[in-house]
Amino acid sequence: MSVTEQSQAWELAADFERTIAADQRIEPRDWMPAAYRATLIRQIAQHAHSEIIGMQPEGNWLLRAPSLRRKTILLAKVQDEAGHGLYLYAAAETLGIDRTELTERLITGRQKYSSIFNYPALSYADIGVIGWLVDGAAICNQVPLCRCSYGPYARAMVRICKEESFHQRQGFELLLTMANGTDEQRAMLQESVDRWWWPSLMMFGPPDVDSPNTRQSMAWGIKRHTNDELRQRFVDMTVPQAAALGVTLPDPALRWNEERQAHDFGEPDWREFAAVISGAGPCNAQRLAHRRRAHENGAWVREAATAYAAKQRARLAGQG
Amino acid sequence: MNGHLDAYQSLAETVDRDEPRWAFGSSVTASGIVDTPVEIMMPVPTGAVPGDLAGYCQMLGDDALVCGHRVSEWVSNAPELEEEVALANIALDLLGQARALLARGGFVEGAGRDEDALAFWRDQAQFRNVALAELSDRLDFAHAVARLLVFSSWRFAIMRRLRNSTDPAIAAVAVTAGKELAYHRDYAVRWTLRLGDGTEESHRRMQAALDAVWPYVEELFRTSELERRLIQVGVAIDPSETRTEVSAVLDEVLAAATLSRPAVLAVGTLAGRGGRQGVHTEALGHLLAEMQSLARQHPGATW
Repeated sequence: MSVTEQSQAWELAADFERTIAADQRIEPRDWMPAAYRATLIRQIAQHAHSEIIGMQPEGNWLLRAPSLRRKTILLAKVQDEAGHGLYLYAAAETLGIDRTELTERLITGRQKYSSIFNYPALSYADIGVIGWLVDGAAICNQVPLCRCSYGPYARAMVRICKEESFHQRQGFELLLTMANGTDEQRAMLQESVDRWWWPSLMMFGPPDVDSPNTRQSMAWGIKRHTNDELRQRFVDMTVPQAAALGVTLPDPALRWNEERQAHDFGEPDWREFAAVISGAGPCNAQRLAHRRRAHENGAWVREAATAYAAKQRARLAGQG
Repeated sequence: MNGHLDAYQSLAETVDRDEPRWAFGSSVTASGIVDTPVEIMMPVPTGAVPGDLAGYCQMLGDDALVCGHRVSEWVSNAPELEEEVALANIALDLLGQARALLARGGFVEGAGRDEDALAFWRDQAQFRNVALAELSDRLDFAHAVARLLVFSSWRFAIMRRLRNSTDPAIAAVAVTAGKELAYHRDYAVRWTLRLGDGTEESHRRMQAALDAVWPYVEELFRTSELERRLIQVGVAIDPSETRTEVSAVLDEVLAAATLSRPAVLAVGTLAGRGGRQGVHTEALGHLLAEMQSLARQHPGATW
């Protein structure tokens, strides 16, 4: 690198730092450090993959939804998730990577998706609980991303958060209906909360002391709050909602702390979290195999679309 | 920026301050859930027998319910994300049509059955849909496209005519459904072209799918006795009258897609009875076993 090139590079880096410091947005054409780009690609792709894999546990109940209204709500929700996947892949593409490559990375296990979707959806109450707790936790994580330093991601998150909060309320509304329903429905609700509570808390990631990436992501304005801050916020937000449903959150250590003006709560099983992350959760293999199968079964369709488009172009060129 | 913080706050300040925003009722239009249209509770048109009208609503409603169920089997299985969105959209439209029609059918029947009673508590022999709607595509995209091409072309022709039905609920559904089906047909046409005129493999698969679907086309143009009675009072239309229009559409599309119209025998009736009389293919029993299982495990429960 020549002396002038070096000066230019320093200037670009200084511009980037100023933009971040002023809490302004980095846009696709702006210069950015390679590590910032790589972190964003990883995070946005992981988020997109989560939307797509997340369709599976809900899809498990779509064909058995117990009323036509519930079927409509669930179908609309799953459709929104496919839409979120689309915007997010598009946001990742502004960083210079394409969706085909990201899909490849997902189905070969090189990129991850939210570990929560490696748990099974075993009853219809799970559909409500996924909306209430899982989408609720996702919202806590995602609302601050609407202010993320990377413009396309921040803008995608605004729309996604609106829809997610809608899903959360729909999930809660299903649970409220079940809570006011039969004894079997109430039992189903409690059993589902028992299974999903701890995995939902794990959605915020490891404790801050064990989260190596948090500091850099916060310095870059990609992340705004630490894992533990968000987890606390989620617990405080959820406890009164659980009371309204008449369900017990399965944590004997959960209680209001007057001094902190926040809830104390127990520690998730971080060994289970580590196992699920490393592929040994209840549904890891199933979810990935499903996604891979759908992708591979669609290969001939995508090839046909490409071949047809090429023929159409050739025909148009022939006419011209 | 503050707006986003406010959005977060509104989530955090929930239950006791703002209960109604959580426990919202049925008018959640943003997810395609609509209030019960007023037409559903309008009187039976002059001259129409309520039982006949209820049966006709079930025919039209069951076609949409069952075909929509088949389309929704594609969720998380589509060849591309755009197809996930499109197929879910089509399934939602059909489900919406089914709900309005079944609700109308239940209302005019006067036996206290709502859309869910009809969808989840009737047995196979009480379903009135055509066989085409219930055919499984076994997640073969060509088969899904072939079924949708025929179904949407036919239903579009039916609904376009039903805009003038003397039954206000059917006429209202037909107006909306016509627009929706125009999109469904366009989607199916585009994919028929791509698959028919794409690669050798896609051509072969699309032709095979058409061959598999075609035996069920003839039933679409058969007029039932119930329909004949309702045609007299302007409630129903004669499906046989749509044959020319639908055939012309299909011929045009198949030709452009380099596909040939299958020369196959039509599936026959059983003592003159078919889907409209409750005689179905073996596939419907499996579909209903899945669709109705949870609702039937909890009789009397509200969801």
